[in-house]
Amino acid sequence: MRESIKDKVAIVGMGCSRFGERWDAGIEDLIREAAFEALQDAGIELKDVQAIWLGTIGVGATGTGLIASTALQTQYVPVTRVENACASGQEALRGATYGVASKVYDLVMALGVEKLKDTGFAGLGAMGMPGRFEPVYGAFGTAPGRYAMAATAYFAKYGLSPEEGKRMLAEISVKSHHYGVSNPKAHLRREITAEQATNAPIIAWPLGLFDCCGVTDGASAAILCPAEEAKKYRDDYVTIKGFGIGTSPGWGKEREDYDFTYWDATEAAARLAYEEAGIKHPRRELDMVENHDCFSIAELIATESLFLCEGGKYREEFTNKRAYYHDGEMPVNISGGLKSFGHPIGASGCREAYEIYKQIQGKAQEPSRQLKDVKLGLCHNQGGHPGRFVCGVAILGTP
Amino acid sequence: MVGITSYGAYIPVYRLSREILNQVWGGGGKGEKAVANFDEDSLTMGVEGARDCLKGTEKESIDALYFASTTPPFKEKQSASIIAAALDLREDIIAADITDSLRCGTIALRMALDAVKAGSARKVLVVVSDCRIPPPNSAFEPLFGDGAAAFLVGGNGAAVEIEGSHYITSEFIDIWRLEYDKITRTWEDRFIRDEGYTPYLQKAVATLLKAHNLTAKDFATAAFNALDERTHRDMARRLGLDAKTQVQDPLFGKVGHTGAASTPMILIAALEEAKPGDRILLASYGDGADAHILRVTDDIEKIRDKRGIKKNLDSKLMLDNYGKYVKFRNLMEFEPSLEIAPRTSLPEIWRDRNWVYKFHGHRCKKCGKIQFPMQKACMYCQADEKDLEEIGLSDKKGTLSTFSMDERSPVIDPPNVLAAVTLEGGGRFFSQMTDRDVNNLKVGIPMELTFRRIHDALGVHNYFWKCRPARE
Repeated sequence: MRESIKDKVAIVGMGCSRFGERWDAGIEDLIREAAFEALQDAGIELKDVQAIWLGTIGVGATGTGLIASTALQTQYVPVTRVENACASGQEALRGATYGVASKVYDLVMALGVEKLKDTGFAGLGAMGMPGRFEPVYGAFGTAPGRYAMAATAYFAKYGLSPEEGKRMLAEISVKSHHYGVSNPKAHLRREITAEQATNAPIIAWPLGLFDCCGVTDGASAAILCPAEEAKKYRDDYVTIKGFGIGTSPGWGKEREDYDFTYWDATEAAARLAYEEAGIKHPRRELDMVENHDCFSIAELIATESLFLCEGGKYREEFTNKRAYYHDGEMPVNISGGLKSFGHPIGASGCREAYEIYKQIQGKAQEPSRQLKDVKLGLCHNQGGHPGRFVCGVAILGTP
Repeated sequence: MVGITSYGAYIPVYRLSREILNQVWGGGGKGEKAVANFDEDSLTMGVEGARDCLKGTEKESIDALYFASTTPPFKEKQSASIIAAALDLREDIIAADITDSLRCGTIALRMALDAVKAGSARKVLVVVSDCRIPPPNSAFEPLFGDGAAAFLVGGNGAAVEIEGSHYITSEFIDIWRLEYDKITRTWEDRFIRDEGYTPYLQKAVATLLKAHNLTAKDFATAAFNALDERTHRDMARRLGLDAKTQVQDPLFGKVGHTGAASTPMILIAALEEAKPGDRILLASYGDGADAHILRVTDDIEKIRDKRGIKKNLDSKLMLDNYGKYVKFRNLMEFEPSLEIAPRTSLPEIWRDRNWVYKFHGHRCKKCGKIQFPMQKACMYCQADEKDLEEIGLSDKKGTLSTFSMDERSPVIDPPNVLAAVTLEGGGRFFSQMTDRDVNNLKVGIPMELTFRRIHDALGVHNYFWKCRPARE
């Protein structure tokens, strides 16, 4: 019989490498940085780990789970490599959780990692590169190009002039940068002004440089065990409340009824996760949200598509009510988000969980970052592009 | 009587002012020339010209396609076959590339007339297109332009009848490209003028007129090409034509010398003005010369709905600098890209040929929804492939639903404008936008489809469709 995952599995340790342009670190270094912090945090040794789930898209790295085993020198421990583009990190967490819930394992590791800065070019390159989806179809847009189409559509639908729209997005980036400054492991740690953001070079109109996340190297890790055994490792463990994963049929952008102003896969994943976690009023019940803000417009639309705000009302909530700030009613991406903390593809999903985990424990690295009394948080991790998303939503909380 | 039953033309949207060439290299050139976009070549321009020509005509009775060009994009591999696919012509046709001579257009026209006369084809589509690369800083650079023309030749309903022709073939070498040359070479201009162009064109016309007992006075207008503006003026005088009333503008000032397409395009400009009953003198030069007596019939009024030369001329974007032109024609060695090299897959293109080349979509028999590209299951109601019927969508207009301007895409002329175009009658085309003015885009503007060279990954020209803001 089908059962909810709620409160069956606990996270008892987490780690996260410093994010950034890590010219000093290869993929093995990044994995070790995150993995050993997580092991130490859980108070266990590498040999205690019975299985590993690895999320990575594998830019510049050879395939298979060997990426994890060679880095950690695990001795024939099962490694399951998962890949869901930018949603790979949460997919690793999900796999590890189900591994524990199945009772086959009682101590496992979830790992997310990406080494992006060894490729020789800035940015990620074009998705839909010839031969990667179809040889001639797909328009060869980059990630910013794809997300920018959503910005254009959003402005048009809600009657914002490009200037008004860009100004609103600029404020979102100002917020992300502000929170990045106080987060010691973040990639982008400098304040910006809305003027700087609106006047920055265009990456994919209407998105400018500061609307886009950095291209980041990094890794994150989690140690999971059955909830009933969590106390063996620590008192302030965190449990998994629910997962939702929405894999879209992929032809959204070709459908006349899709207008690019909402994330359908996010809506689907959110419904599943809220149901599993027993959440009826997400805006009221959640204490914090880390959503997939690879671009300023992505934070906006994800916030709406997670049902934290009515469609088209983000601006009012954000600008007038300041709802999504650290001291607002519904803090969103106060880690700096993908935008400023950084977005090493496969690492981001697990890194979002790291932020919730630390906030629940009251261990945000800087006192100014610490939210009061966090009991329930949401991480949102998505791969693909508008109209062709796979999306993961995970809800974590106190037991 | 056998003759031309329809015509169409294409001039690329980009124009380069000769002032810009003067600034770069010196000189006093005036006017402008048409420049193919980076994603265009003689094949894609030929498709455009042919689409204009076939507008409103039935395609089923086209039994042959002749593609005439000195710049077919493949040296080995037929271009006509790809054009036929993009035009969604029947499979059981004869297709041929007729190449190498600047006169291949009028040669192909004659072959088409002969095929129809002989009864081996009901209709023949003749597509003439050229995209020659002049040497930078040469007399050719300001002169050469890019463009295409197309004629449908048939036995019934001819708008233009061909009353007589005379062909001369000569081994005279004047302008050439060797098998490994990218740019066009030439000998001294005075030699070409005095021993080639002038005597041959004059002889072809004189012989023809004599045989038909006609003089220059019998023609409403004369459509002929030349080496340049000056030799054109000189030839008009030599033929005894009145420069003001009887000579069709050779388009050098606004389009440039479009190689094999030059004479056919001048003829189309003449046909746009022609009245029923008009007699037109047509003459072309290259490897000899040919001359023709054309008679315009009442049916000309039925084929006035073309973009032709006039409407194509009116819709344009100015290339604002020489650097862009250099990029379009790849005239310099550029910094190699560090990005992942583009790839292609001929088997994938082959499996998807009906939507890649023909722009077929699907209509779901269960829910009625039209969709592009062709699907394995209905994207709306998930009905199986067997419930999807194939339909042609390439003639559909559309509106721009959303777009972005991607500066990071690996394209020759960034930004790569990504566009979602909703097609009239149903269907959405997610595509690259070409021939666009980036300062003039907004949601809701009318769009149309155009067949383009997408990239040259793995050393093969990979063609597909793009969208562009509607040109009229």
